[in-house]
Amino acid sequence: MSILLYSVLTLGTLGLIYGLGLAFASKKFHVEIDPKIENINEILPNANCGACGYPGCAAYAEAVVEKGAEINLCAPGGDDVIKQIAEIMGMEATTTDRKVAIIHCQSGGKDNTNFKYNYQGIETCKAAILISGGPNACNYGCVYQYDCVRACKFDAMHIDDNGMIIVDKEKCTGCGACAIACPRNIIEMVSIKKRVHVLCVSEDKGAISRKACGNNTACIACSLCVKACKFDAIHVIDNLAKIDYEKCINCGMCADVCPTSAIFDPLKEVRAQKKAAAKAKAEAMKKEITEQKAEVTKKEDQLL
Amino acid sequence: MEFVGKILFMAVMAIFVQNFVLMRFLGLCPYIGVSKKLDSALGMGMAVIFVMTMASTFTWLIHTYLLVPLHLEFLQTIAFILTIASLVQLVEMIIQKTAPALYKSLGVFLPLITTNCAVLGVAILNIQSEYNFIFAILNGLFGGIGFTLVLILMAGIRERLERAELPISMKGMPISMIVAGSMALAFLGFSGLKF
Repeated sequence: MSILLYSVLTLGTLGLIYGLGLAFASKKFHVEIDPKIENINEILPNANCGACGYPGCAAYAEAVVEKGAEINLCAPGGDDVIKQIAEIMGMEATTTDRKVAIIHCQSGGKDNTNFKYNYQGIETCKAAILISGGPNACNYGCVYQYDCVRACKFDAMHIDDNGMIIVDKEKCTGCGACAIACPRNIIEMVSIKKRVHVLCVSEDKGAISRKACGNNTACIACSLCVKACKFDAIHVIDNLAKIDYEKCINCGMCADVCPTSAIFDPLKEVRAQKKAAAKAKAEAMKKEITEQKAEVTKKEDQLL
Repeated sequence: MEFVGKILFMAVMAIFVQNFVLMRFLGLCPYIGVSKKLDSALGMGMAVIFVMTMASTFTWLIHTYLLVPLHLEFLQTIAFILTIASLVQLVEMIIQKTAPALYKSLGVFLPLITTNCAVLGVAILNIQSEYNFIFAILNGLFGGIGFTLVLILMAGIRERLERAELPISMKGMPISMIVAGSMALAFLGFSGLKF
């Protein structure tokens, strides 16, 4: 019986002493951790994508609080996160344009793209482009091995029935992981407000790129767009039209004059329809006026 | 002179001949886990030296002056674990306060010293070998030094292995296991030492 009592007492006392010792030590060696860091870390998406330039969300949270890093660096978080961080830090929220991935090549997916040969190797773009400039006829275009889709942590890139890569602009956070994954630098992060894009990255001469492209979206460097643009926002450099997104105002004039479908404007069709409608209306009015005029002359003739 | 000789003998025994990691196979988790970088290996080694020395001291005192007089030797394991856990907690607090960078690089392995069987091992071996107080402390210290030595050697080798051209299947953990095995073989050579 006494052994039982002694063992309970001994361990109990030991535990008590250690507990008190630790409690004292935790007071003495208490480390102040700024609660702001924890709060910001909770707000951040915790995707640890590294788009902010810091190794992970926790590091960024710390940098914001302690090193005064910019609060608008979290691309996946978007405006919501910036606002909340601003609230915690007591700063004005400086909103940034939400950026989404634009794929500057729409050669038509696995079915339409012209291939030089049938690539049957490791299923990654990086390996595919190593063999005689890649399987496509076009040495600049997408090889459709989907490194970018695999790189996307937000389920924002999908492959459609045709093998084309579709960016889900709702889900895309603009983190840029796909752009880094793409060995041909086809993907660019562009503000979601920009509508007009050049869907070609070929720096080959017009005739070559036109022949190589399977979807008639090759830029043939004809420079019609440069002449059409009233804002000096599109230039042809190295046989390729490039839009200066700083200057572009989404007017779509370049898309209207482009002889191929290289310049994409979702409103091009709408505008064309409107134009056609307006033309039809004008013609109808013209017809009416001529008819009325004719009637008037007829009446005048009768009176005279 | 005899005393110094005994200490030297003990140092060689604890560091090389009866090395905790490579000969007794205790504390293998941090040996593989924290040996990726030289810096953190050094920090971990220092923490283990400290904890092992302190653990030897306190467990010996507790055993000799508390458990033996009360005939509670059967409580050895649980009392030692309690002591070691508290000690590790204390070390963690001190490191967090004094060296935040080291605290971060050690990460989860610092609390894991609690379950590092080298620490419990040294405490129990002290009692089993019937060392006196001084030698129990020294055994803990030298055991920790032996652990640190092996950890640093391993970290040095692994840092070089990072840049070595290896078959993909051997990269990382597999080659580390092989290195660990070869190191154990090499340390086996010390067991032939005779004084």
